[in-house]
Amino acid sequence: MTGVARHSIPQHPLEPTVRPVTQGMPPRQILELHQVSKVYGDGITVVAALREVDLTVNAGEFVAVMGPSGSGKSSLLALAGGLDSTSQGEIYVRGTPLSALSTAERARLRRRAVGYVFQDYNLIPTLNATENVSLPLELDGVKPAKAQRQAKDALRQVGIEDLANRFIDELSGGQQQRVAIARAIVGDKALILADEPTGALDSVTGEEIMAVLRRRADAGAGVVLVTHEARHAGWADRVVFLRDGRVVDQATAQNDPHSLLADPIR
Amino acid sequence: MSVKHSLLALLTQGPRYGYHLRAEFEERTGSTWPLNIGQVYTTLDRLERDGLIEDQGDDGAGHRIYAITEAGRAETEDWFAQPSRPSNPPRNELAIKLAIAVTTPGVDVERVIQAQRSATLRALQDVTRAKRSTGGESRPADLAGLLVLESLIFTAEAEIRWLDHCEAAVLRAARSGQLPAVPAAVSAPAPAAMPSRTAVPTTAGTSRRHTSSQQKDR
Ligand SMILES: Nc1ncnc2c1ncn2[C@@H]1O[C@H](COP(=O)(O)OP(=O)(O)O)[C@@H](O)[C@H]1O
Ligand SMILES: [Mg+2]
Repeated sequence: MTGVARHSIPQHPLEPTVRPVTQGMPPRQILELHQVSKVYGDGITVVAALREVDLTVNAGEFVAVMGPSGSGKSSLLALAGGLDSTSQGEIYVRGTPLSALSTAERARLRRRAVGYVFQDYNLIPTLNATENVSLPLELDGVKPAKAQRQAKDALRQVGIEDLANRFIDELSGGQQQRVAIARAIVGDKALILADEPTGALDSVTGEEIMAVLRRRADAGAGVVLVTHEARHAGWADRVVFLRDGRVVDQATAQNDPHSLLADPIR
Repeated sequence: MSVKHSLLALLTQGPRYGYHLRAEFEERTGSTWPLNIGQVYTTLDRLERDGLIEDQGDDGAGHRIYAITEAGRAETEDWFAQPSRPSNPPRNELAIKLAIAVTTPGVDVERVIQAQRSATLRALQDVTRAKRSTGGESRPADLAGLLVLESLIFTAEAEIRWLDHCEAAVLRAARSGQLPAVPAAVSAPAPAAMPSRTAVPTTAGTSRRHTSSQQKDR
């Protein structure tokens, strides 16, 4: 008997009703690393953290970066976010070479276009959760009332709207981590860079965060997630493997529903 | 064997015919293990021979209807009560390949591991996509399908963690001189050269187990 029925994979429910503007056009590059190397220290203490890395992230693309500790994941993200400068090579964010920007211009680009989740959160203890999330918007000229509204919405997306008025030291590690994620996704950033953003979260909350990042990508953002959890990397369109500062392999989703099915039981 | 007992369990809910049983089995297991209709009929023949079901004849529309017997109900209860025990340990193609790779001079074990890691991650991406596309768990069959997909995710995740562990152990052994260094010219096949079926080693292994246990049944 042939013609065994196999289920087809429908569009997933998070698919936005309004498609990203990229549809039908050549993919828009949000982030491009071109032959990027990073060396720390000098003389005998020199460490080559990244070696000639090429990486492109398009609008609407969710990329996960995996690799053993010390393989250069955080360095890659810090360079992409303009937090540090390359030793060699160039990084383009929405086509702009970061090396051509002044410090002030770089800071403005980071505020407007880049959402960054730090491995150690980097929250401001003297502000409450909402203020931590709304501050970058307000610094960028968004009216306080609107910034607060957007901040509350971001806190809602990560599931902690009821903690909006708490100060940072009144929050658990996992709750602080979710504030850090809310700050990165607020205000429709074009590029979201997240460095192990689920380390302090239980597995169900971790999955919720993946759904949030997936939605941002589906709405047109470029997302780069550093993770050591394969189940989270499974949400990405592409997984980049780093070893000793080099990209050694990439796994791209096949979008082939049959690939996950066993042969028919005979 | 799980197909035999699954069909029996479906028949505890009332008489059914072959195609109906196949459709219900697939719906309840998230269509993850497509069932061959020929396999359904041979299984029904064997269940009837063993007195676990009885043939109730044609339903008038050309369907042969089967009903469960008392012995069949007892067998089903037994199945649920007993833990599932795969042949111990289950034959693991990947573990065998790695064991041989580590002990064969000139094989680039890291490359073998990375090829497998990429393939398993691709499978994980596909299952995750399938999971995202399931519309919640409103019906028992939806929940059942979701749980089957989750089991594939947990299995793939465990395999990747095991690969990470193997890689670290191999690197450590190579550094301490227990394993010979790999000459750069010799290497395993590139990931692209691997058949796409290896993308799902665990489920492929499962179906192989089904096949071999069937042959033992005969
Ligand atoms: N500020 C720094 N000064 C010196 N070495 C550093 C610095 N940051 C990272 N490194 C080194 O660079 C390598 C890559 O580090 P990192 O990017 O943090 O890796 P990962 O995030 O994958 O664990 C490591 O060997 C690390 O010790
Ligand atoms: Mg790091």
